Parts: sequence; C-alpha cells; structure tokens
Amino acid sequence: MTLLTWIFDSLLGLSLLWLAWRALACPNLFKAIVLFVAFGLLMALAWVRLAAPDVALAEAAIGAGLTGALLMAALAKLHPTEAHNDFAVPPEKNVTKVWSWQWLPAITILLVTTGLGYVVLSLPPYATGLSTEVAANLEISGASNPVTAVLLNFRGYDTLLEIVVLLLALLGVWSLNSADLDHKAAPGIVLDTLARLLTPIFILVAAYLLWVGAHAPGGAFQAGAVLGAAGVLLLLAGWRPRTGLMALPLRLVLVIGPAIFVIVAMLTLLIAGQMLEYPPTQAGALILILETAATVSIGVTLAALFLGGDPRKNNRNKNHT
Amino acid sequence: MNPNDYLSAALLITGAVFFLAGTLGLLRFPDVYTRLHALTKADNVGLGLMVVGLAVQAESWSVVGKLLLIWWLVLIAGASVAHLIASGALQRGIRMWKP
Amino acid sequence: MQPLYLALALFLLLNLGAGMWRVLRGPTAADRMLAAQLFGTTAVAILLLLAQATANAALRDIALVFALLATMTAVAFVRRAWPNREANHESK
Repeated sequence: MTLLTWIFDSLLGLSLLWLAWRALACPNLFKAIVLFVAFGLLMALAWVRLAAPDVALAEAAIGAGLTGALLMAALAKLHPTEAHNDFAVPPEKNVTKVWSWQWLPAITILLVTTGLGYVVLSLPPYATGLSTEVAANLEISGASNPVTAVLLNFRGYDTLLEIVVLLLALLGVWSLNSADLDHKAAPGIVLDTLARLLTPIFILVAAYLLWVGAHAPGGAFQAGAVLGAAGVLLLLAGWRPRTGLMALPLRLVLVIGPAIFVIVAMLTLLIAGQMLEYPPTQAGALILILETAATVSIGVTLAALFLGGDPRKNNRNKNHT
Repeated sequence: MNPNDYLSAALLITGAVFFLAGTLGLLRFPDVYTRLHALTKADNVGLGLMVVGLAVQAESWSVVGKLLLIWWLVLIAGASVAHLIASGALQRGIRMWKP
Repeated sequence: MQPLYLALALFLLLNLGAGMWRVLRGPTAADRMLAAQLFGTTAVAILLLLAQATANAALRDIALVFALLATMTAVAFVRRAWPNREANHESK
C-alpha cells in the first residue's frame, strides 16, 4: 500500500515537471494552453496528496476551470484575423540578440532556486510551525476549519490585500483595452441549454463552498471562483448584461468585498484597538459577512476579467475592431 | 471482504477498463469524430461504473447524492462538449476518416 | 479495499499520462481539446477513489468542482479560439 502511494506520488511529481517543461518549451500556443490545463489538473491532485485540500480546491476552480477559459480568450485576441492561424509563434528574426539576454533571467532563477533549496534543506526536520498556536486559538476564531481561521481572522489583512490585488489586476486590464461586448454568433441550442442548466448549480455550489468553509475545505476564494466561472459560461453563451448595469452597479459590486473588509477593519481598530481583531462572540458572524461580500466581489471580478477590457469603452472604440 | 466489497470491486474494475478503452480509442482512432466516440465512453460509462462502485461503499445517502450529482454533471459536460466539438469540426470541414 | 482504490487511482494516472501523447501529436486543435476533456474526467475519478481510500470527504468537493467546471475550457475553445480554416493545416 505504501509502495502504491509512493509510485503514485513519484509519477505525479515527474509528470508535473515534464508538463511544466513542455508547456514552456512548446512553440504552438494552443498546445501550450492544453498542457497548462493538464498541469492544473495534476497540480490539484498534487495538493491533495500533500494533504492541502483547501489549496487543491482553489487550484481546481481557478487552474483547471477559469484559467483555461481566460487563456483561450487571450489566444483568440492574439490572432484576431484567424485567417492563417495555426497558433504558431512567428519565428524570431534576431535569435542571437534574444539569446544574449537570456542569461540574466537564467542566473536569477538559478540564484532563487539555490536560495530556496538552502532554506528548505536548513529547515528542522520536525517542526510544528504555528499549527499548535492555531489549534490552541481555534475556539475563539469563529471557524472550526483552521485554514479559514487563519485566512479570515489571524491573518485577515493578508486576505484583504489579496482581494485588492485581484481588483488591481482588473483595473490593469481595463486600462489596456475595451471590452468586446458585441453579440457574436448565436450559441446554438446545446450551449444555450447548457448555460441555463448549469448556472443555478454554479450558484448553489458557490454558496455551498462558502458555507462549508467554516468547518471544512472551502471559503470565499473557492466560492468566488465558481461564481466567476458561472459568469464566464454565461458570457461564452452570448449573454450580455444591460449597458446600464455596466457602469456604476458593476463598480459597486466589484468593491463591496474590499469595502466591507476595510469597514470591519476600521471598526475593530476603533473598538478593540487592533485591526481585524474580532470579539470572539461575534467572530463567526463577522467572518461569514466578510466572506459573503468577498465571494460576490471575487466572482464578479473574475467574470469581468474574462471580458478582457473596460465594458464602458465599448461603443467609443467600436470602429477600431 | 463481504459481498458488497466484491460487487464494488467488480464495478470499479469494469469502470477502469472503460477508461482504458477511452484512452486507447483516443490514441488509436483515426479522426476527431471517432475519437469523440471513444472519449464519451470513458466519460459516461467509465465514471458511471466507478460512481456506482463507490456508492455501494458510501457511508451515508448524502455521499451517494453527491456522487450521483458529480456523475450527472460529467454526463452533461461530456454530451455538450462532444456535440459542440463535433458540429464545430463539421463546420470547419475537418474530413471524416474513410476506411 | 484500500489497496484496490489506490491501484485503480494509479492505473487512471497512467491512463492520463498515455493520453498526453494525443495532446502532443494533435493533429487538429480539437484532438488536443478532447484529450484535455478526458483528463478532466479521469481526474474526477482519481479524486473520488482517493476520497474513499483516505476517508477524506473534502476530496469529493474538489471532484464536484472539477465536474462542474469540466466544460469551461472546451466551451471557451469552441466559442473563441477555434480557427475557421484549421483543416488546411491538418497535415502539420
């Protein structure tokens, strides 16, 4: 039995390395995307084997689901004409010049790898880390899943900053491009039915992951990713929100997660004297409120990322495309 | 091992055989359409047999429900994707294999 | 029963590795996409087997998310990234 798990784990690890190398070295961009999606699948399995189901859940939702769709849409934007498209990267004309600069990232990567290797090897072989501290304080955290307790209570400001990072990514996309909101080819009955059938289940599963996060793997990021996937599927099926919703209402939903987080942080700073230090009796309710708002914001942010640009610029720049 | 275990093992192994058949079909069949045919066998029957084999061992009805939901989702996904890819391939004029 | 679950999970992982050949070989983008679709289903089956083998119910939730998102990449491929005249490049 231990032999079986050993073979399984080594095969998984070797496949991951091989896939990562192939995805990076492959000149055909479409092939690279498929390899990267397969990499995401195996990475989720690897997190499972490393006894980190929370991370595996996030990897499953983002790595294997959303990233694939995002990369496909990005690839379509790289080749807008589609006429002579075989997904190959155009050959570099001045290969020698490019090559002469490649030693810089190579040396950087080598240094980072050496440093990481040194740190990993110098770790004590049996360290409990902070897990005993977390376990000792789990009762007052308001969540019985230690990962949620750390993310939303003990290190709440980390999570706040992560949500802001996601928002910044969206702002970056908005500043670069305008959204493509034109109605493309009709989805056809199969895709239309699929989207109608799956959307309620997406929302249900997102709510389930949000709720179950209090005592088992799950939480705002995983739930938000599933919610975002529902939005992406609807967009792929040709659904477009009304233009009136694209301006202020969209922005309000995008910031509601970080906004509530900041409000709670300031209130706790005023009342308890420490940022995001919840009173133990209300911790559970506060975490649920924060996570719900964060889930909605993360989901809408991810779906808006898939639009690939600022939805308000659509009409102005229509002649460009 | 009780009779349940034998039933479960038989179902799981049969399911794995369907996965093997699906992979072999994906590797050996000559064009997109026939590969699609092989692939959906693994999706539908292979996972179906595995789900039933695991449901026999499940500790509660809620686990059985979740297993069936997973199978149903994969069925819907497999059928829809097969249809979308097949009609897309026809539209783009990918030729069918002729013996 | 546990060794059987693990052996089958390993068997499915080997299957997945063999299917990688189709991703590399192609020839059409649709063929590579089909392989990715099979990988998704295989990963669901592996997760369900591991959930039973290690008595970890959370792994079924991961399988549920995989099954739910199984269509996303393929639908995005069909709707956005599939070139119109791919058949001409089939010989490559």
